[in-house]
Amino acid sequence: MAEITPGKAYGFFTDTSVCIGCKACEVACKSWNMLDGNPPVFGDGYDNTGSLDAQNWRHVQFLDNVADQAAGPGQGKAWLMMSDVCKHCTHASCLEVCPTGAIIRTEFDTVFIQPDVCNGCRDCISACPYGVIEMDKQKGVAQKCTLCYDRLQGGLEPACAKACPTQSIQFGPVIELRERAQKRLEVLHGQGVAEAQLYGHDEKVYGGLNAFFLLMDEPEKYNLPNEKNAVLPSRNNARGYLTLLATAVMAVLGGLIAIRRRREKTDDAAG
Amino acid sequence: MMLLDDAQHFVRDPDWTWYILFYFFFAGLSGGSYAIACLLRLFGKSEDEPAARLATYVAFVALLPCPVLLTLDLGQPLRFWHMLVNTSPGAEGPIFKYWSPMSVGAWALVIFGGFVTASFFDAWTRDRDRRFPRLPRGFLGGLWSLLGLVFGLFIAGYTGVLLSVSNQPVWSDTWTLGGLFLASGLSGSAALLGWLVRFRKPAQATAGVFSMSERVFQLLELVLIVAFVVTLIPTGALSRTFGLPWTALWLVALVGLARGLTTRTTARVSAAGDGTVAVKAVHAAATASLIVLIGILALRAAIIFSAQ
Repeated sequence: MAEITPGKAYGFFTDTSVCIGCKACEVACKSWNMLDGNPPVFGDGYDNTGSLDAQNWRHVQFLDNVADQAAGPGQGKAWLMMSDVCKHCTHASCLEVCPTGAIIRTEFDTVFIQPDVCNGCRDCISACPYGVIEMDKQKGVAQKCTLCYDRLQGGLEPACAKACPTQSIQFGPVIELRERAQKRLEVLHGQGVAEAQLYGHDEKVYGGLNAFFLLMDEPEKYNLPNEKNAVLPSRNNARGYLTLLATAVMAVLGGLIAIRRRREKTDDAAG
Repeated sequence: MMLLDDAQHFVRDPDWTWYILFYFFFAGLSGGSYAIACLLRLFGKSEDEPAARLATYVAFVALLPCPVLLTLDLGQPLRFWHMLVNTSPGAEGPIFKYWSPMSVGAWALVIFGGFVTASFFDAWTRDRDRRFPRLPRGFLGGLWSLLGLVFGLFIAGYTGVLLSVSNQPVWSDTWTLGGLFLASGLSGSAALLGWLVRFRKPAQATAGVFSMSERVFQLLELVLIVAFVVTLIPTGALSRTFGLPWTALWLVALVGLARGLTTRTTARVSAAGDGTVAVKAVHAAATASLIVLIGILALRAAIIFSAQ
């Protein structure tokens, strides 16, 4: 691993085509960041973590949409796995709305919530399109993946990438990761895996994600909004305030009419 | 089931519940009442002054729970001041993000609080004929009312913009919430004042204004509810916000609207010449105002809870 230098953009390239769902990333993350975790979730499939939240900063999604009936050769559906994480978006919705300045962009170009500045207003939770952030009820502040900010400052790669046995999670400078991802995509397409696609590697999704993915299906299947739906909260600022202004003007006019009509009636009565 | 063209939302709920619901309710009443008070001072006659003072009192009382509710809703209530002051190392100082409605709202609430508190003490000293410092009249008084009107209207409606500037289903799928919350806050304020005016004889000259403006504001609210529905249709969020169990809340909201739009009971001032008030008329007016207020609370509850 080359030296980690402040001022350079770092991130993850998560290649879901080689994820085996071992959850080493989840364990390493909890261990390093001293996260207690939640009681297991027993749902419909093999995913007992549930979702990204205040205690799970890495979450291995199991997309086990396998047909109940035995399928013939070539008709079966793939069992997809993806180690999900905060995307550290270039245009981050959470950072955009945060009123306290608690959410910052670090010297490694990652998105970090300062726990001693956050006051737990939860505006970032309503803004994050990936459902990454949750409030830690014990601490009363919003929490998410820090991309191991403390490890980066010490020159160490993030715990999840270090623990991943298949190199599904790769850490490094974003520029290098993008090149690596492009080559991997070409290899897969060359092998006839036409469904393989990159998500967040370019500026089409939130200006580019520092933690981007190679997916084996459409983004929506992995609970990732597609390019059309990857939109910032601030898109509603202008039209929201304009509607407010238009309503205010109409209301003032209405109030004036009410005052004037009353006056006319009073004058009529006096006359 | 999500359709192909539906807006995609994979966001987590922020758990904004009861504290926020009641903050939105009281902010609507406080901002709406203060805006009405300022309108009366700017464009009314001298006989409207008692009603303007009454509206100022209502704005002040409705404002009192607002900071308490907002503070209690925080995960770290003692850090409420972080809304105004950045404590990040190297960036210490006031923080104002014009593109974040929560940041704008925090500052607006502080300034609005100053306006309402000063106006409250001014009204109180004039009513009691005390010799405390008073707000200026004339040009400066007009300027004060104009600025107060702007802040009052903003406080009553910005909460809707705050919801829209997110990635939550329903909230972010429409641009109508700011206008809708403003119109309903104003109609609720007019309904409340139309009832309270019965207990303040000098203010009864303005009862007709409250009655008529209530209907105008409710008409505006109805138009914005229609716009809200229309904007949600292409996003596929209509069934989410109007489906069960939220249908019941929308019905309550519509009953409140219908009560104000279809009757003129509140216009009739029921005080006799000696200042006594007919008990039956007061009860009827109280019920009418209560139905309108419950309606605006239900409207906010339906929008807040159905999206989470």
